[in-house]
Amino acid sequence: MSALPSYATTGQRIWHYSFRVICGLIFFFLIAPIVVIIPLSFNAENFFTFTPEMLSLDPAGFSTKHYQDFFTSSDWQLALRNSLKIAPVATFLSVSLGTLAAIGLSQSHVPFRRSIMAILISPMIVPLIISATGMYFFYSNPYIPTPFGRIDLPFTLTGTYWGVVLAHAALGIPFVIITVTATLVGFDQSLTRAAANMGANPVTTFFKVQMPLILPGVVSGGLFAFITSFDEVVVVLFVGSAGQKTLPWQMFTGLREQISPTILAVATILIAVSVVLLIVVEVLRRRSEKLRGVSPT
Amino acid sequence: MTLVLAADGRPLKASLNRALRRQKLRALMLIAPLLIFILVSFVMPIADMLFRSVENEIVVETLPRTVATLDGWDSDSGQAPDEDVFTALYFDMVLATEYKTHTRLGSRLNYEMTGISSLFRKSGRGVGRFDTDTYTDAFQAADPAYADPAQWAAWMADDTVRAALPMTANTYDAWAKMIIEAEEDVPVEEVPWDFVFTSLYLEVIEGAEPPVALNLSGVPLVNLRDQFADVDEDWLDPEVWQTIKIYSPEYTNGYFLNSVDRFKGVEGAEVRPENEQIYITLFIRTMIMSGSIMGMCVLLGYPIAWLLANLPARKANLLMILVLLPFWTSLLVRTSAWKVLLQQQGVINDTLVWYHSTWFGQLLDPVFMGLLNICYAFVNVITWVWNVLNGIWGGTDGLYLDWAAAGFERLALINNQTGTVIAMTHILLPFMILPLFSVMKTIPISYLRAAKSLGATNWTAFWRVYFPQSVPGIGAGCILVFILSIGYYITPELVGGTKGVFISNRIAYHISSSLNWGLAAALGTILLVIVMGLYWMYDKIVGIDNVKLGG
Repeated sequence: MSALPSYATTGQRIWHYSFRVICGLIFFFLIAPIVVIIPLSFNAENFFTFTPEMLSLDPAGFSTKHYQDFFTSSDWQLALRNSLKIAPVATFLSVSLGTLAAIGLSQSHVPFRRSIMAILISPMIVPLIISATGMYFFYSNPYIPTPFGRIDLPFTLTGTYWGVVLAHAALGIPFVIITVTATLVGFDQSLTRAAANMGANPVTTFFKVQMPLILPGVVSGGLFAFITSFDEVVVVLFVGSAGQKTLPWQMFTGLREQISPTILAVATILIAVSVVLLIVVEVLRRRSEKLRGVSPT
Repeated sequence: MTLVLAADGRPLKASLNRALRRQKLRALMLIAPLLIFILVSFVMPIADMLFRSVENEIVVETLPRTVATLDGWDSDSGQAPDEDVFTALYFDMVLATEYKTHTRLGSRLNYEMTGISSLFRKSGRGVGRFDTDTYTDAFQAADPAYADPAQWAAWMADDTVRAALPMTANTYDAWAKMIIEAEEDVPVEEVPWDFVFTSLYLEVIEGAEPPVALNLSGVPLVNLRDQFADVDEDWLDPEVWQTIKIYSPEYTNGYFLNSVDRFKGVEGAEVRPENEQIYITLFIRTMIMSGSIMGMCVLLGYPIAWLLANLPARKANLLMILVLLPFWTSLLVRTSAWKVLLQQQGVINDTLVWYHSTWFGQLLDPVFMGLLNICYAFVNVITWVWNVLNGIWGGTDGLYLDWAAAGFERLALINNQTGTVIAMTHILLPFMILPLFSVMKTIPISYLRAAKSLGATNWTAFWRVYFPQSVPGIGAGCILVFILSIGYYITPELVGGTKGVFISNRIAYHISSSLNWGLAAALGTILLVIVMGLYWMYDKIVGIDNVKLGG
């Protein structure tokens, strides 16, 4: 929407400005709920609304006690540690397997490309509750189906660290596949041929030529996978046990049972984390476009 | 025609084929680890869930003998089955009680007929106190060999004895297996239990040859039917037996019938009574609410996408952050924000009350009341639609109407459909804006100018020229938002109360609270089929390769 031309009629003027107001309101709707959380988390009272002291900007109305609560409560600290233990490992799994597969998929003659892609993307499409249900059933009694009957495996994955990691890695894979294949679309295959021509073996070619070029895509795919695991609660509720209680789990149970203002402090911290992630992804996207010679939009 | 040869002397065509094959193989080798990983960690669990929605082995596994003998019973007779079914039930029950599987079977059948759970639990306790110990005493009094565990084991290893007493051999084997597995004892050191003697007695009075001859004429027959009836009268209720018989096959469509408010009767599928029908309503409500969320997302997302697509790049990038920030913010953060905002004593209600107390709010009331009356008139025109929707939606008027009706007091914005729709619209809005934006980006604004220069009004230019080109974006965004919202669990659970919940909340309830896993699996399967249908549509319209993340 370009600026209003000088010959615009009154009607056009009114529409032009009211359209901006409407858009402003929608942006307000998008951003206000997130922004409101931040001052509320500094509330000196255990309320979820602005107290008169806060509205008059009286310093007595503000405090950091909910943050102190977060950093001293053993429940929250355990949840934080669990989240930090699960998400990186799940991310590593999905990034390493996902990148390899994305490179395979981007080659020119892949049989069943469409079906393979559909299977690999499906964890993103299937509702989480269904994935969680299936994983809960299967992980509690894993088996190998054979034509002669099923062979039950002698271990169970529900309630274990590896069960949750496996589940989260599966959920993160579509994001890695999508971002890495998107980066590979603009990849000039003649670069690898040139490298081979100069005597580099496939491994060297991969690490010295291909990898640096697709790295931004890999990293942003990894960030997506990380945030998926870090933010995931449905699957961890079903597959995990109290020992794998993650940050979102703790928030979920807190919101469902006795809602405590500490949740707002945690939420504010998580907002800060997502702002950082957003900046990193944006920077990476621009860098990747520059590297691949795509003009920035 | 001469064959073109490659450098190594092979025909070029064969050489090319070989190279292509090798390339394919290499690509597949790169994909294989991930494909196997996804198959094991994701596809097999889903397949397992699909299997569970029809699987029903528990009845025939727990009561194998009863199920076999029940075949001869006519379920339309209006009578409980006769003695030999109860004999089989007695054997099965004793074994099931020792394996502690009878309560599981009881709760399984309780989903189909209320009361069976307690019937099985009671019978599990009662079955050990049956009068069949008179048989044991009679045998052991007649000959001490019957009290010798080693002797029993020797008989049961002897093929002629086994051939003469097939039923006893069968119960003894089941007993021995149970002793090893459940009691962790050795059968050679244990005297068989009453039910083994029962089967021996029954076979002997039928004329079979016992291992040690004896006279049983003085031992009265214990009527097992009466014994079961003593524990619980319900065993004489033919409906209980009908339920057991209907659910005895290994696979059943019963869970699916349950999830569409039907049940498996003697005659086949029957409709549940009106007051027990919940799932179809819940499915329709899930659809309507997802549709409303989708509609809200289009309404709010279209202007934003338009603005972002047509602003200069610098400004658009800045405003894009306002869309991407919610997209990157944790789902639980956003849900907790709405929970805090929408509460009875929350920020929105506080603001509303404050607004109404100012002169400004008082002044505007008549204006809004005027608009309200127009709304009412509109509502009256479409009353019949409204009535249909009301039943499912639970009757939420416009928010302002609600507020006016509440006397401009605090509104119930949470724990109902309103809460779910507001919070989920906010959460899913970026998923509508991003595909819309990427489509609108490709529509040249000069088309609009061209239309206007040819005499079109602003509206015609937009509606006839711009809008049709943005339809693919709307389609992509709508399907994406609909797919995502139809399976949502967290947000409805936290802000939806009882009326604003989706089918997924019911699935979770059946898994963690009511433990009716089969029904949960069937509901999940139906939901999965719907989502897969939409996914297929999305693939046809947009193509999965074109899914974009973060613009």
